[in-house]
Amino acid sequence: MAALSSITDAGLVARCRSGDDDAWEELVRRFSRYVLAIAQQAYRLSPSDAEDVFQDVFAKTYERLGDLRSDDAVRPWIAQLTRRLCIDRIRAGARETVDPEAAEAGVDDTLDQLDEALSVQEALAAMSEPCRDILDRFFRRDESYAVIGAALGLPSGTIASRISRCLGKLRDLLMEENAPLTRHEE
Amino acid sequence: MYDEERIGELLRAMPQVPEAWVQTAARLPATRRAIEQIAALAEVDAGFRQDALRDLEGALQRAGLEPSPALVEHLRDRL
Repeated sequence: MAALSSITDAGLVARCRSGDDDAWEELVRRFSRYVLAIAQQAYRLSPSDAEDVFQDVFAKTYERLGDLRSDDAVRPWIAQLTRRLCIDRIRAGARETVDPEAAEAGVDDTLDQLDEALSVQEALAAMSEPCRDILDRFFRRDESYAVIGAALGLPSGTIASRISRCLGKLRDLLMEENAPLTRHEE
Repeated sequence: MYDEERIGELLRAMPQVPEAWVQTAARLPATRRAIEQIAALAEVDAGFRQDALRDLEGALQRAGLEPSPALVEHLRDRL
């Protein structure tokens, strides 16, 4: 059986629907950053509103997974659900009527950027653990060569060349057509 | 074109999610099953149902669940 982290979105949804709790956890982990990024960056929700929306998105995803017309479309479906719940949250907290157009200003551009970021995250998830770890440390956690070297027990020069090699592999994955589809079918 | 700067920018665009939030969402199937067990018991035992409605938080705690406002509301709806 393929590792859950390497199966397609559609395969994951099918397993969630069959009651696989591990698949559900993988789905939550796969989309958690995306959902929070939409709430924080596209709609600028406060931390507490973002947390409420985050939990609400996954509760509704869990309840309505059966309504999804195409399992391949889970990503845009979750994005749409998150957008709707963010708007609801803004409306609920507003003292005056919220203009939906104003609330949505610039959201499409931010979502395009986040979709691309999610594709990079998925390509990263499809890489080997050592590459994933070193790129995560360098780009996401902003660790220096020296800090990474100390953590992995390697000289700084080796870290630089390893990052470069892993970056090349990640770039290749991204350049392939439909990078997210590089996940294996079950 | 994906150069190092662009990849870094895109990787950093995705925020770190507090692990507790992820855990709460990941436990949803188990949480919902526990609530369904409470609801099923309430259907066949009127006394249990009354007790649970009187103390929703306690009913959730006795089922091993953290009684968050959303969960209390969900249980109220189910009962």
